[in-house]
Amino acid sequence: MAKLPKTDELLRINFQPPKTGWQETPVDFKPGTWLYAGKAESLETLGLANPRQWSPEDEDWKLPENWKEIILEGLRERLGKFRSLQLFMDTCVRCGACADKCHFYLGSGDPKNMPVLRAELLRSVYRKDFTTAGKIFGKFAGARELTPAVLKEWFYYFFQCTECRRCSVFCPYGIDTAEITMIGRELLNLVGLNIDWVVTPVANCYKKGNHLGIQPHGLVDSFEMLTDDIADITGVQLDLSFNRKGAEVLFIPPSGDVFADPGTHSLMGQLMLLHEIGLDYTLSTYASEGGNFGLFTSHEMMKRLNSKMYAEAKRLGVKWILGGECGHMWRVINQYMDTMNGPTDFLELPVSPITGTRFENTKSTKMVHITEFTADLIQNNKIKLDPSRNDKHIVTYHDSCNPARAMGLLEEPRYILKNVCNNFYEMPDETIREKTFCCGGGAGLGADENMEMRMRGGLPRANAVKYVHEKHGVNMLSCVCAIDRAVLPPLMHYWVPDVNVCGVHELVGNALVMKGEKKREESLRFEPIGTEEDNDV
Amino acid sequence: MGLNFSLLIVAALILAVFLGVEALGLSFLFGVIIPYLAIATFIIGFILKVVKWAKAPVPFRITTTSGQQKSLPWIKDNKIDNPATTSWTMVRMALEVLFFRSLFKNTKAELVDGKKLTYQWEKWLWLAGLVFHWSFLIVVVRHFRLFLEPVPAFVTLIGKIDGFFMVDLQNVYITGVLLLAAVTFLFIRRVLIPQVRYISLAADYFPLFVIMGIATTGILMKYFYRVDVVSIKELTVGLFSFNPVIPEGVSVLFYIHLFLVCTLISYIPFSKLMHMGGIFLSPTRNMPNNSRAERHINPWNYPVKVHTYAEYEDEFRDKMRAAGLPLDRESSEAEAAATKE
Repeated sequence: MAKLPKTDELLRINFQPPKTGWQETPVDFKPGTWLYAGKAESLETLGLANPRQWSPEDEDWKLPENWKEIILEGLRERLGKFRSLQLFMDTCVRCGACADKCHFYLGSGDPKNMPVLRAELLRSVYRKDFTTAGKIFGKFAGARELTPAVLKEWFYYFFQCTECRRCSVFCPYGIDTAEITMIGRELLNLVGLNIDWVVTPVANCYKKGNHLGIQPHGLVDSFEMLTDDIADITGVQLDLSFNRKGAEVLFIPPSGDVFADPGTHSLMGQLMLLHEIGLDYTLSTYASEGGNFGLFTSHEMMKRLNSKMYAEAKRLGVKWILGGECGHMWRVINQYMDTMNGPTDFLELPVSPITGTRFENTKSTKMVHITEFTADLIQNNKIKLDPSRNDKHIVTYHDSCNPARAMGLLEEPRYILKNVCNNFYEMPDETIREKTFCCGGGAGLGADENMEMRMRGGLPRANAVKYVHEKHGVNMLSCVCAIDRAVLPPLMHYWVPDVNVCGVHELVGNALVMKGEKKREESLRFEPIGTEEDNDV
Repeated sequence: MGLNFSLLIVAALILAVFLGVEALGLSFLFGVIIPYLAIATFIIGFILKVVKWAKAPVPFRITTTSGQQKSLPWIKDNKIDNPATTSWTMVRMALEVLFFRSLFKNTKAELVDGKKLTYQWEKWLWLAGLVFHWSFLIVVVRHFRLFLEPVPAFVTLIGKIDGFFMVDLQNVYITGVLLLAAVTFLFIRRVLIPQVRYISLAADYFPLFVIMGIATTGILMKYFYRVDVVSIKELTVGLFSFNPVIPEGVSVLFYIHLFLVCTLISYIPFSKLMHMGGIFLSPTRNMPNNSRAERHINPWNYPVKVHTYAEYEDEFRDKMRAAGLPLDRESSEAEAAATKE
């Protein structure tokens, strides 16, 4: 694996575009800035095209003989299926407003990371084969031939976009690079070009129910480890149920939270809360993944993985579904799930049995976000909280891209945070809410071999954290996204070493006063509770 | 390259009219035939393009949300930037179309001291864009006094307001000046900002030069060369009433002006200038973010291959049983069938 440059070296970013025009500047597969190719075995599991052993560094990518035909035909088909694609190909005026909105551009200075140019990579081919002007004027109209070099460029840059949609907030025509990247990746998949950090989790999820490929018994064991920890910390023993028919609610967290810190702490907080209020819920081993890396593969793959949620809810006969803290999962649930796999006539309008609140905003999809659920509990005074247990944390909140820009879940987590901790500070306005910056590892780019690019892409986020760290002493970066919890810790370690990362419900779990609990001395991380000074005494 | 190429084309176009009208006497071609062709190209091309877009389905509700969603009743939602209803979506769209709301939010990022990223409100692109588009619209409306007889009252009124300022005892249409200034700013910006220059194509410079040419010839005719407006109006009213005539005494400057206008409008359907129609259809802006409350239908939704629970249980039955997980069947269908036999 490539060596990660030092921070001062990485900060020497050259924003001056190269002398050669972008069409004449070939892509450079610099180690540390791209991801390994998808394993043949995973492609076979999923029935994806062209499974083989290959590497982006190879000269020959072992494409099918008629690859060009496949791609152009795929593009034609998608132009007919997505009005978005047609408009986003036709209407860009190249005003450049999007340029410095992209975290990868800000962190790398590579002009092809300007959203406009990322889109031009596809647009230039579109012009050549699908527009009158491009057919007649060719290069002068910004058209170019689809060649293996262009395909390599697509691969590099469509897997160097985290589909965060920040640029689409600023675009005067609402052009959404996520849409272009998603369709670009779909086209690449048609000829067997994908990355292993996406395609293997997808294969795992397809066969075993979750991205990590945890088998049912392993999943039960993992949850038991969490409840053992909870029992150690609180003295309260939780009794979880799996695949239980007749439960009122099916709870689906992202699987990343079952296995890796600090996600586990956040999941523990959620389990403690659901236990404390006595919700009649079950977990599923079959639908044990909230996230959906299918979103990072193709629309079809997204649907194939997502189908399990409703299928399992129907099989178990639950009334509604509760979803955990995950970012892209909520883009799928908010914008795709019901359209793809609905209608949900077998479910009921979600009603909180504790507060009686009817979640009218979910009346078709029938799936509630855990922070909506918890915020409602707090607002109705249904849980007892001791925020002082989080006093040693000076907290800020990182809006995850998808809940922010593909849903608008902004206030719910903030309301919870303000109730479970006493020290909360916002990062600068230009870096939060709908203007939030990506963690640098979303959309399947969180692999370690991509570390340099992750640190570059995460720079704007880290820089804003650094600002509140220096100004207010912030030492805890909270979030509601499992990918964040996986990739923000190394990002903080690199740029702002004194800041830790947690899920919002970890802080809920710390603050939650449970019936029959013992005196809490340790946080969910088994660290002493209270401020540094308290502990010194 | 794109810049020079575009400039050359526009210069050639101007030269073509000049030679055509002055040397070859092709007034009828430039004054009647080309305008009719251009208008037809514009109308038919525009409609075809919009119909082509409109025919493509919108499979998913991919609204870009730029504010708080509508969820719990006590959480204040941002009705404009994250609309939950069609009427608020129309408000969002109106602000977008009329005032370029998204561009208004534009910021400029800078890496200060090589380590601190800062973001400043960047209003100039928004301002120049707004001035450019509004001025252009008013200029176009003002021109109706040359096409229509009698002149509608609102056209006269707009002209009066627009020409409120006097310079050297002469009314000056402020929008004409603003249009030229704004388009010049947009051009200079495109050339001077290295990133924007890097992404610019000939197709970006070309319309700027054409519009500059239109504005310049317009201003020259109005204030400097004092062309014969009566004969020009005879020509334009003739065009619009389908009784085309070529009166005497129409300046070549007018033919250049007219030809550049024809170039521009016939170029629109084949170019990025279609953004004027596209903005209304943009799926990230023109739909409410209510897809959890109301099911959005994808007309081409098709069944996909899924891994069913039954298949999953078949694969993991023994492990699930050992872990104490409930099972739907004690053995797989195949095994059960085999046992029966």
